[in-house]
Amino acid sequence: MKRRTLLASIAAAPVALPGTARAQAPVRTLRVVTPWEIGGLDPARSGYVFQRMQIAETLVGTDAAGALVPLLARAWRLDADRLAWRFALRAGATFHDGTPVTAEAVAAALVRARAQPGPLAQAPVEAITAEAGEVVVRTRQPFLSLPAFLAHSGAIVLAPASYGEGGAVRAIIGSGPYRLTDLLAPQRLDAERFAGWWGPAPAIERVSYLAVGRGETRAAMAEGGQAEIVTTLAPETVDRLRRNARLDVVTVPIPRTRALKLNASLPFFSDVRVRRAVALALDREGMARALLRSPEGAANQFFPPALPDWHIADLPPPRRDLAAAQRLLDEAGWRAGPDGIRARDGRAFRVTLRTFTDRPELPVLATAIQGQLREAGIDLQVAIVNSGEIPAGHTDGTLEMALYARNLALVPDPLGTVLQDFGAQGGEWGAMGWSSPELLAAAARMGEEADPAARRALAQRIARILHDDVPVIPVAWYDYPVAFSRRTAGGSVDPLEISYRIAGMRWAD
Amino acid sequence: MIRAVGARLLQAALVAMAVGVACFLMVRLLPGDMAYRVAAGRYGMDHVNTAAAEAVRAELGLDRPWWQLLGAWLGDLARFDLGVSLVSGDRVVEELSVYLGHTLLLAVVALLLSALVGPPIGVLLAMRPGSAADRTGLAVGAVLRAVPAFVIGLVLMMVFAVQLGWLPAAGVGGWREVVLPATTLAIGLAAVSSRVARDAMVAVAQAPYLAFARTKGLPEGAVIRRHALRNAAVPVTAYLGVQLVTLVEGVVIVETLFAWPGIGHALVHAVVARDVPMVQGTALAMGLIFVALNGAVDLACLAIDPRRRRPA
Repeated sequence: MKRRTLLASIAAAPVALPGTARAQAPVRTLRVVTPWEIGGLDPARSGYVFQRMQIAETLVGTDAAGALVPLLARAWRLDADRLAWRFALRAGATFHDGTPVTAEAVAAALVRARAQPGPLAQAPVEAITAEAGEVVVRTRQPFLSLPAFLAHSGAIVLAPASYGEGGAVRAIIGSGPYRLTDLLAPQRLDAERFAGWWGPAPAIERVSYLAVGRGETRAAMAEGGQAEIVTTLAPETVDRLRRNARLDVVTVPIPRTRALKLNASLPFFSDVRVRRAVALALDREGMARALLRSPEGAANQFFPPALPDWHIADLPPPRRDLAAAQRLLDEAGWRAGPDGIRARDGRAFRVTLRTFTDRPELPVLATAIQGQLREAGIDLQVAIVNSGEIPAGHTDGTLEMALYARNLALVPDPLGTVLQDFGAQGGEWGAMGWSSPELLAAAARMGEEADPAARRALAQRIARILHDDVPVIPVAWYDYPVAFSRRTAGGSVDPLEISYRIAGMRWAD
Repeated sequence: MIRAVGARLLQAALVAMAVGVACFLMVRLLPGDMAYRVAAGRYGMDHVNTAAAEAVRAELGLDRPWWQLLGAWLGDLARFDLGVSLVSGDRVVEELSVYLGHTLLLAVVALLLSALVGPPIGVLLAMRPGSAADRTGLAVGAVLRAVPAFVIGLVLMMVFAVQLGWLPAAGVGGWREVVLPATTLAIGLAAVSSRVARDAMVAVAQAPYLAFARTKGLPEGAVIRRHALRNAAVPVTAYLGVQLVTLVEGVVIVETLFAWPGIGHALVHAVVARDVPMVQGTALAMGLIFVALNGAVDLACLAIDPRRRRPA
């Protein structure tokens, strides 16, 4: 059996092993179990694994409240022209192969990240250079969200020796508190404490990561004491795990929304009354309670409470009102036919909804939505496809309706997602055949606005437009349930899913 | 003997050809734009969009006509080159060697376990055909054969990993991780092989040559060893070849359940992501293993039963 040991090149890294403590009990490993497989070495594909395991670092990090904090960058400032951002690096930061983290190395890693698919490729970046020991990022126009884009996992900084010919990543040589020791893609990796890290030495010496796709299996590993951190618990297993005395189950809301995408250029959905009727016909509370086991997750608006600037606090809960939905459809000219299906101008209200299985609850929700809309006289066909079929259908215009899940904080500033999803041409993972000049103006102003209160007012304006005009119908927000073993202490959950925060944990016994 | 091996080698070449072409055509015929599929497989649902798909299309030359792509694959195959995964960018041979090693380990352990349990139980039950033990064996075997592998796997996981805490529920890296998935597969295999062994033994027990062996005064131990077991071993061994189908099928489910990075798991991912070279590579590896093991079964049957060595 051939193991892919990818780190032969850095075997000589200066790792100070405490020789005296070796005689004591064998070193325990903190085991992390998640559903996400390691799809290779490229940061654009699986950088999030190395970022979450604190093996590789980005310039910018986030704190418990989601605010941006210095990570590999000690500080940053914006020039008076509001175009050039200067990032000063942390003194003494070292890669795992012992080479220093220089501005040149960081700039090279970011230039490469920009050439790959990901948020950084969509930011209006003109150039990334190293100047006088600082990393300088110039934008084409003032773009105040830029630091947030540098917190994304695609922008992790790897040592120059990580790259082989043609820029392909050959090894993961990061600068984080843990150093990769073994990688068996796509299933598992092992890492150990890196003595040369710039921050306070973590208490836990060894960590491992295992990708386990099945929710039942992950729950069994938590119950059997075979993992210390188990993330993304399947909803049906959460109650059982909560009752387990050896586990702490922590559930935090995360900025991810399940929503229905509607093709507003079709005669079905061009009328806002129909879009509202579809929203009213959905039993979002029932689906959140019965299918997602998360009653607080029923979405009455697009932005979840985890994004307080964008969340409208005073909206009522999303009650189902079938009679009101029927009335709106009648008003819009869609009359019930003999088979119960509505029709207008001889065309039956028959649409196909595409969804995918990457998030296992989506097909289940789609089936419930199918039943609920049938009661309103809408005949929905559900097509389970690959996630790529939704942007493909958006681009070639064949998409009618889609149920999808969207991460609103791919970069910690949701403005990035809003610009992508509700632009002038709509967005592949957002509006279709719909745009709002008022929303575009508010988003553009926000990109240049520095004052937090003014930014918040603009965010609220955008959220209100999306709520009133329903280009997409929010269905449910996400909970992120994580089980921690009580053998450990100090664990916490990052709502932005940027880190498993292992470096701050310790053994409890 | 040489003819048997030669026939299998020819068969292997034909299987390689047929599997490669069939996989290629099937993946091409699936609905949907391949570039988007590959992009979704590479970058995940959060990052798949038209820009990523177009970049993938340009990089991989997916807009070339189908016969060019197939011809390129066949040309590479003739040079024993399986190409590069569209998703990971790694060489298919390297990926396969990792996945295949894990699957072979799992399959061999499962076959050994089932061979240790299934046929001996069958032989024991055949001693008293129609007894209560024999009828219970039939019922248990039928139930275990009917229950899907993932149910057996979940039950084993609940008992041995959660309740007793003896073995890890999933994972990879040490011998302890192999036990539960291999046992899951072995239970399904043993349920069948015990029945085959039992029926073969019962048939042999009624055969005239066994009565003759006893009549000529051989001790009972020698009768069982030299005449009964050896004759009954032929159908049991031949049936192993058929069981390999069950094994290949079970591996896909069991590997997913136990997070085992094997070839079944890889095949499922490759099909979803339209990773044509990986689909072809994994299917090819599975097909060739199948031919190789069937060849080994043939040779084993020839070794057990000298009558078969004569030309028909």
